Amino acid sequence: MNKNIKFCLLISLIYFTGCASGPKPLYSWGDYEDQVYSYFSGGPIEKQILDLEKHAEKTKAAGLALPPGFQAHLGLLYSKVGRDDKFAQQLDIEKSNFPEVIPFFENIANKFKKK
Amino acid sequence: MKYFIKSLAVLVCIFMIGCASKRQPYDYTAFKNSRPKSILILPPINNTVDVKGTYSFYSNASKPLGEAGYYVFPISMVDELFKENGYTNPNDIHSIPSGKLREIFQADVALYLVIKDFGTKYSVVSSATVVTVEGTLVDLKSGSTIWSGKATASSEEGKDNNQGLAVAMLSAIINQVASNFIDQGHKIGKITSQRLLSGGVNDGVLFGPRHSLYMTESK
Repeated sequence: MNKNIKFCLLISLIYFTGCASGPKPLYSWGDYEDQVYSYFSGGPIEKQILDLEKHAEKTKAAGLALPPGFQAHLGLLYSKVGRDDKFAQQLDIEKSNFPEVIPFFENIANKFKKK
Repeated sequence: MKYFIKSLAVLVCIFMIGCASKRQPYDYTAFKNSRPKSILILPPINNTVDVKGTYSFYSNASKPLGEAGYYVFPISMVDELFKENGYTNPNDIHSIPSGKLREIFQADVALYLVIKDFGTKYSVVSSATVVTVEGTLVDLKSGSTIWSGKATASSEEGKDNNQGLAVAMLSAIINQVASNFIDQGHKIGKITSQRLLSGGVNDGVLFGPRHSLYMTESK
């Protein structure tokens, strides 16, 4: 009986753990939220670019997905330092991963080009 | 053996009941009629004296909705577009007609956030950082509200309230000397944001199309 009770508890523990942990995250966020806050707070853009690029590389190497808006935000940062080609490239990646944004990008096509 | 199987079944049942969320019935009719794929988060209205709260909470709002399975428009671009068109005050932004937002952004819904508490309240023996935010989702095609919610988080949650006076005062001083940049309000705001905007929480937003639990909610 003792052995059976122990087995019951083990099964219950495994089940309960499964209940509590939940599904895997959809995206690899890193410190993206804080990078965006740094941008809004007037932090140094070149450093934000480097940090975000590093996170993008790590995410890609791990076979994970970058969050919605990540590529677009990085694109915006590129446009702020005059790298228009990288800006366009980032927007293309965002559009291919998240077609929901295509109409918006078409509406603002030439908005951020010259800064 | 039979007794063992019965007791196992009972235990599993108990845990299944325990794990099932005990939800207050929330009327998701409007939400289900809308079934948005994309969310435009507008810069929050900040009804507190801590001006940092606006962009701090704004920065923390995308993640729970992204993880719930929605496309969230890049907030830095959204904010830039508003500023370039003369909209610097979130109160003005929140007054833009939904049809106009739909025309520009082509988003399915917009999230209107109002920050009610943001920041640290000091007393002699404690310094509690509280972030309280209300959120409303409006379908931009119909102009109707499909969801609203409110959440709060405090640095004092789960703290041991039986500390001696000296220890309590020391903790208060330590808490006051928070980093200037990534401060307590920003950290606590992440918890508020998760409680307010995560998929599958009580009375929270339904899961979006990119999530495996999309459209699996019970009637």
